[in-house]
Amino acid sequence: MKAFTTLNGLVCPLDRANVDTDAIIPKQFLKSIKRSGFGPYLFDEWRYTNYGEPGMDCSTRPLNKDFVLNLPRYQGAQVLLARDNFGCGSSREHAPWAIEDQGFRVIIAPSFADIFFSNCYKNGILPIVASSAQVDALFKECEAQEGYRLQVDLASQTVTTPSGHSFTFDITPTRKHNLLNGLDEIGLTLQHADKIKAFEQKHQLAQPWLFA
Amino acid sequence: MAGKTLYDKLWESHVVHEEADGTSLIYIDRHLVHEVTSPQAFEGLRLAGRKPWRNNTIVANPDHNTPTKDWDKGIEDPVSRLQVETLDNNIKEFGALVYFPFKNKDQGIIHVIGPENGTTLPGMTVVCGDSHTSTHGAFGALAHGIGTSEVEHVLATQTLVAKKSKRMLVRVDGQLGTGVTAKDVALAIIGKIGTAGGTGYAIEFGGEVIRALTMEGRMTLCNMAIEAGARAGIVAPDEKTAAYLEGRLHAPKGEYWAKALAYWNTLKSDEDAEFDSVVVLNGAEIAPQVTWGTSPEQVLPIGATVPDPAKETDATKRTSIENALKYMGLTANTPIEQIQLDKIFIGSCTNSRIEDLRAAAKVAQGKKVASSIKLAMVVPGSGQVKRQAEAEGLDKIFIEAGFEWREPGCSMCLAMNADRLSPGERCASTSNRNFEGRQGPGGRTHLVSPEMAAAAAIAGHFVDVRTV
Ligand code: SF4
Repeated sequence: MKAFTTLNGLVCPLDRANVDTDAIIPKQFLKSIKRSGFGPYLFDEWRYTNYGEPGMDCSTRPLNKDFVLNLPRYQGAQVLLARDNFGCGSSREHAPWAIEDQGFRVIIAPSFADIFFSNCYKNGILPIVASSAQVDALFKECEAQEGYRLQVDLASQTVTTPSGHSFTFDITPTRKHNLLNGLDEIGLTLQHADKIKAFEQKHQLAQPWLFA
Repeated sequence: MAGKTLYDKLWESHVVHEEADGTSLIYIDRHLVHEVTSPQAFEGLRLAGRKPWRNNTIVANPDHNTPTKDWDKGIEDPVSRLQVETLDNNIKEFGALVYFPFKNKDQGIIHVIGPENGTTLPGMTVVCGDSHTSTHGAFGALAHGIGTSEVEHVLATQTLVAKKSKRMLVRVDGQLGTGVTAKDVALAIIGKIGTAGGTGYAIEFGGEVIRALTMEGRMTLCNMAIEAGARAGIVAPDEKTAAYLEGRLHAPKGEYWAKALAYWNTLKSDEDAEFDSVVVLNGAEIAPQVTWGTSPEQVLPIGATVPDPAKETDATKRTSIENALKYMGLTANTPIEQIQLDKIFIGSCTNSRIEDLRAAAKVAQGKKVASSIKLAMVVPGSGQVKRQAEAEGLDKIFIEAGFEWREPGCSMCLAMNADRLSPGERCASTSNRNFEGRQGPGGRTHLVSPEMAAAAAIAGHFVDVRTV
């Protein structure tokens, strides 16, 4: 996986609760057997005024001028500011793939859906849970100030605003370690191969029908 | 010390290794695979020169992209076809316990074929790159959806890196009224706790109403646990679970059957088990439910009227009501029974099992689909369901009433194949998600039970199935 250490990034505010993975990347793009190239289709139905099909050249598609991702001031954003229950719905990892491909490395929201949350880490995206009040404040500041950027530091688990205010966030030590070092999780797990085999033998004795 | 919940027992019996911060390696007994979320995982395996750890835990079949009619024409969309062929090739290369390729007589929705072939058993851990894997919790298995990186991880290591969830008990007491189904219970629970209400939890469903549900009903309920935000929903196994499983293809046989039964009997929450959260509903108070908005929590009983944003004091909620009404093309305060429909979809891993089809057929029998309905379709969940329904003559009832009788698959649940709504079309659907564009761009979805969908097809608008 891609490592994440620090980021000083432009913030894009997506002011909607319960943004589901169907909205993040509509199903027609899930037909791809690849892992990359989803960025131009991120939020496809909100972002363009025509219907998107896989393989379409998005540079010539009509844009929905009102959609936040299309506003000139948010071009190149790397931090996505979002509302409650972000990423609810399907387990499709195409959602974080599209977000990452678009250039986002951090998502800040008051809450995330479980599967989406863990999918982010697998793709070098840092999802940060902040209090509703904190997220509200960030929305206000970001909308008021063009070029609003946040400094995110994973080692110290802090987010710092342009005015110097900072807040901390939680992350499990294991996830932090893996993300800071960009470690391959499968490789790490296979270091426990003996334990897995030992478990398997015990499990087979207890429930032999699972191995019949 | 307090006793253990069923979830605790399932979790503890699968921990291979635990880090100091609680991050654990969990052993996986069953890995369900479909064509959409697996190609990148198999590709990753191949690139790293790895092999599946235990390929006889894999149960696979294509379902999302497969057409539901004219099977002799194959899969017309080349992108869909490539995805399905990629699954064929991956299974050929890496192996599986069960594989039903496109057009196989037993092919179907992965969450339907798993249980009906006895590959989902109590006490198992079950995963799939699909959020509705929660369905299998109906058997007392710990079952949940995973992402594609995790699919690759399970393939390569037979384990998953996970942290234990909190434990929630949703108890539904009393009895359901006639015409009220497991689907209505699921929607009523989501209406009560919200789509994020179960986030971070594994939900155990208990209480008299749950015990009275059939296995099909329990699958419908657990299927929708994810719509309440919970990755897993679980029902303790009992004699109904055993009766459902006995004799199925991969269910334990002979001496193993007796041993398995003895073990399954221990799979329940202890009397003194403690939950982190308890939610109680009264079954008698649940009416047939209809979603009116673009999130499953935007749901109301059939007798209600569409909400009025002006009456909502919370600004965020008001905006989401306004957004939903606009997308759904609905006016505040409209009685739900006055909502006119364009299409009807009976199918999906929520409601496409034999019992669902029997219930819908009972409502449709001897009646005609309203002339204002452009398309009413019934899509059985699997080849086995389809054959069973045909043996019982249900297909004839549907066809005579004006429904289309299709081949099994996911179909218009998410419209990855040719079955979809056109912009602005309104559908009564027995599926699980009413998100914007879910059933086709601009399409408008109302989630209901199979009985309610059939009744709506006949009337052309929603009706209280208890009165027809
Ligand atoms: S029927 Fe719908 S919800 Fe179920 S697996 Fe298929 S697409 Fe997913």
